[in-house]
Amino acid sequence: MSTRGRAGIELGRQAPDATKPDDFVHTRVGAANGSPGRIELDGLVKSFHGPDGPIRAVRGIDVLIAAGETVALLGPNGAGKSTTIDMLLGLLAPDSGSVSVFGRSPTDAVAQGAVGAMLQTGALIKDLSVRELVTMVASLYPAPLDVDEVLELTGVAQIAAQRTNKLSGGQTQRVRFAVALVSDPELLVLDEPTAAMDVEGRHSFWTTMREFAARGRTIVFATHYLEEADAYADRAVLMAHGRIVADGPTNEIKAMVGTRTIRATLPGADTDALAALPGVSGAERRGEAAILSCTDSDAAIRALLASYPGARDIEIAAAGLEQAFLELTGENAADRGDVEPGLGAGAEAESGAAGIRETRR
Amino acid sequence: MSGLTYTRYELLRTLRNRRFFILALGFPLVLFFVIAGPLRNVHNFQHTGIPAPVYYMIGLASFGTMSAMLSCGARIAAERAVGWNRQLRITPLSPRAYFRAKVLTAYMMALLSLAALYIAGASLGVSLQAGDWLKMTGLIVIGLVPFAALGITLGHMLTPDSIGPAMGGGVSLFALLGGTWFPIGAHGFLHDIAQLLPSYWLVQASHVALGGHSWPAKGWIVIAAWTVVLSAIAARAYRRDTGRV
Repeated sequence: MSTRGRAGIELGRQAPDATKPDDFVHTRVGAANGSPGRIELDGLVKSFHGPDGPIRAVRGIDVLIAAGETVALLGPNGAGKSTTIDMLLGLLAPDSGSVSVFGRSPTDAVAQGAVGAMLQTGALIKDLSVRELVTMVASLYPAPLDVDEVLELTGVAQIAAQRTNKLSGGQTQRVRFAVALVSDPELLVLDEPTAAMDVEGRHSFWTTMREFAARGRTIVFATHYLEEADAYADRAVLMAHGRIVADGPTNEIKAMVGTRTIRATLPGADTDALAALPGVSGAERRGEAAILSCTDSDAAIRALLASYPGARDIEIAAAGLEQAFLELTGENAADRGDVEPGLGAGAEAESGAAGIRETRR
Repeated sequence: MSGLTYTRYELLRTLRNRRFFILALGFPLVLFFVIAGPLRNVHNFQHTGIPAPVYYMIGLASFGTMSAMLSCGARIAAERAVGWNRQLRITPLSPRAYFRAKVLTAYMMALLSLAALYIAGASLGVSLQAGDWLKMTGLIVIGLVPFAALGITLGHMLTPDSIGPAMGGGVSLFALLGGTWFPIGAHGFLHDIAQLLPSYWLVQASHVALGGHSWPAKGWIVIAAWTVVLSAIAARAYRRDTGRV
């Protein structure tokens, strides 16, 4: 909440050479030493060795997160969210740049029990009951929450006596949430936490997370669902291709990327004329179909039908994040060769757990 | 905070893994009875001066305990495969406490295996002074230290499906060259090689039965050298695996 009053949305400028974080325009406040009141990611860069040369997963990002904020790291698969989170948690050392978690290094913050996390991938160890597992994790922390309270809070009290290897995917996710929460962390990090959950599971998950946030805890979660960021975060940091493309209050981010597209079979129409219609920000042609990117799809569809009564097979769809990002960054993913060609806008919107995972080593 | 509860649950997990438990304990026992049973009245086994049941009690104890120590690697590999060790790395559990729990679990299995073979040995007429039982156990416990380091190394380098063959092959080789299955002669090339292996000295713990003989200096040096080298490799494998500096 505390950053609602900040300078609004910051748009990252295209960096010609992404290895130079300084080419990136962001508000840089304070020194890299870190302040106890906030989390600072400063000029983070991370590359991995890939079969076709280095994969530049994170290409220079700066983020400041105030204590008590709930921040969504929003971006399509492959944006560098998980790599960023691994560096925030001290699981990965950045190639350059620094991380400070409330004035400490991530390793120190973890050693002091200040951090809880639900990682993107991971199962539970076998041969323990749910209660035993959560108790075991709680025992590692200086001031954990009451285990029964956490089991209740995360909705796993009824399955507390079950062995961890006999749980459904959704139950496993909830137990993993309990494992992340039981330490009563100052910073809770969730990497695509709802990927394996059904609709009901998601709802109760986010309800619990909000209760936890209300205790004044800092929460950072990664998601590729704009709706989740909009509904549960104060602020969203948009990532694409390892960079931050925008950072601001979620309602503003939503207005920025929540565009819609109209697709219609419209032989012979001129794209320039289509792009000039009210509410339309861009138009392109794919065979007989025209695709309009809209800032106001209501105005656009009225204008389209008035001007082109022959338009048929009309579809209006919310643009996926990938497409929104491409518009924001003004680049073509296919040309870059670092995004799966099949990872189109709509294709990943509902793919959830089945979607293509971020490249990680 | 010191990881006591963590260690307790790790031990509990191992005991609950029944298939592993029964196989790890049962296999050396069955082999012991099959091999030593027919030789129960041989009092000077192949000129070693040691009764055959004592020789094979310790021989198979070396086999069972080596397997038990390396099985800690299998558990580490399994935890890595499901991402649990990443989860642990974002808790205050120190690497030291983590390894302590793994090594203690391995030793628990090793001591259970040893106890089972002692009982089996006694049932075939092995009888030693109380002090000698303890001395023998002490030598074996010390001789197993390099295998704890080897288990950790394999656990951080291999995947759950490749660690099985690595462990099976490793233990077989160490056992064969160490004299688990038949005494290594007192001279010759094989003897020279065998003396450089920690498993040879595990089997040599049976010499305690000859009036309380411990290892000669060479045995202590070999065990110490393997411990130092394998611990360094284990630490390196852990750092590489976790990306820690």
